[in-house]
Amino acid sequence: MDKETYLKPLFKGNPITVLVLGICSSLAVTVQLKGALVMALSVTLVTAFSSLFISLLRNTIPNRVRIIVQLVVVAMFVILIDQALKAFSYDTSKMLSVYIGLIITNCIIMGRIEAFALGNKPWPSFVDGAFNGLGYGMILVIVAFFRELFGSGTLLGFQIIPASWYIENGGWYANNGLMILPPMALILLGCVVWVHRSIDKDLQEQ
Amino acid sequence: MMDYINIFIKSVFVENMVFSFFLGMCSYLAVSKTVKTATGLGLAVIFVLAITLPLNYLLYEYVLKAGALTWLSPNLAGVDLSFLSYIVYIAMIATFVQIVEMFVEKFSPGLYSSLGIFLPLIAVNCAILGGSLFMQERGYSNVGEAFTFGLGSGIGWFLAIVAMAAIREKLAYSNVPKPLKGLGLAFIITGLMGIAFMSFMGFQL
Repeated sequence: MDKETYLKPLFKGNPITVLVLGICSSLAVTVQLKGALVMALSVTLVTAFSSLFISLLRNTIPNRVRIIVQLVVVAMFVILIDQALKAFSYDTSKMLSVYIGLIITNCIIMGRIEAFALGNKPWPSFVDGAFNGLGYGMILVIVAFFRELFGSGTLLGFQIIPASWYIENGGWYANNGLMILPPMALILLGCVVWVHRSIDKDLQEQ
Repeated sequence: MMDYINIFIKSVFVENMVFSFFLGMCSYLAVSKTVKTATGLGLAVIFVLAITLPLNYLLYEYVLKAGALTWLSPNLAGVDLSFLSYIVYIAMIATFVQIVEMFVEKFSPGLYSSLGIFLPLIAVNCAILGGSLFMQERGYSNVGEAFTFGLGSGIGWFLAIVAMAAIREKLAYSNVPKPLKGLGLAFIITGLMGIAFMSFMGFQL
């Protein structure tokens, strides 16, 4: 296994900005950094372990029913994560609401299983799954960082922009309410793609 | 009756699957290059959502919910299977999509060849599973409401993908900065359309 396996999912083959996978369940959780971090961690765990399991089972799964077998394996891990969150961090679980369940249909997981885990040995599949999850998490964290900082003036719940700057306290600053609204996540993501493709010219579409 | 109209309008415009929850974004971005294919996928999504939602509703009410098995025998009143809901919903959806695919292939080869490749895609379209999960979270009171919600969400998704495809067809002729071309611009346009759809917020009949 060379460096490519680790680096590719993070930059050149990033699941969100290059492969366009897994956007569905990701954007609504980026209002706050905390939600984005929990989501990133959950997706990384699910992708890594379902890739590992599917890779272990790859010679026994009949081709015709593979989709449903994959979905069942993925759903099992998602249920484990959901139950763990409900037990240990109920507030976060409430905040993420249906989006934890939607990890099942997150295309990154199915995409990596179909493209990689079905044809490779368990350990490389595990690494591939984990780093694709991290590549996804990285984008989530970038978007959430800007949305929370400019939308609420906080990071992970701590006040970053000094309270005395605000208009209510006689200052000059106001939070950008637009950042909290759902469409802003898409526009920010568009900007992330823009920056990424300006740096890496190979990725530009013709 | 008013309730149904309200749920319908709400799920089409106010709580549009794409613009306010970002559900089904993957196929939305991948298949919105031409209006024709977008229409095909949109129709398939409406159909699958409108059928699987009431089915999953019945499963939740009579099998999964806490105490739902009481109709079988009073001894089972304490059973709560709701932790199984994800796996049951996704199995239901995948099975249904498979059955629909086989039926369409057998009875309408014309429709199959125009729709065929999209049908398997739908099983992993998050709008479908998302619909079932929202239905459970919001606790609709009967099958009719679940059906209306499914139909409305499907039509909302259809509207979004067809509108997007129409814009992208026009965009093919415009001069866009190179790094923004394709995906980047698609995100930004969806964001702007989302802001436009926010004008429906708080809309009620």
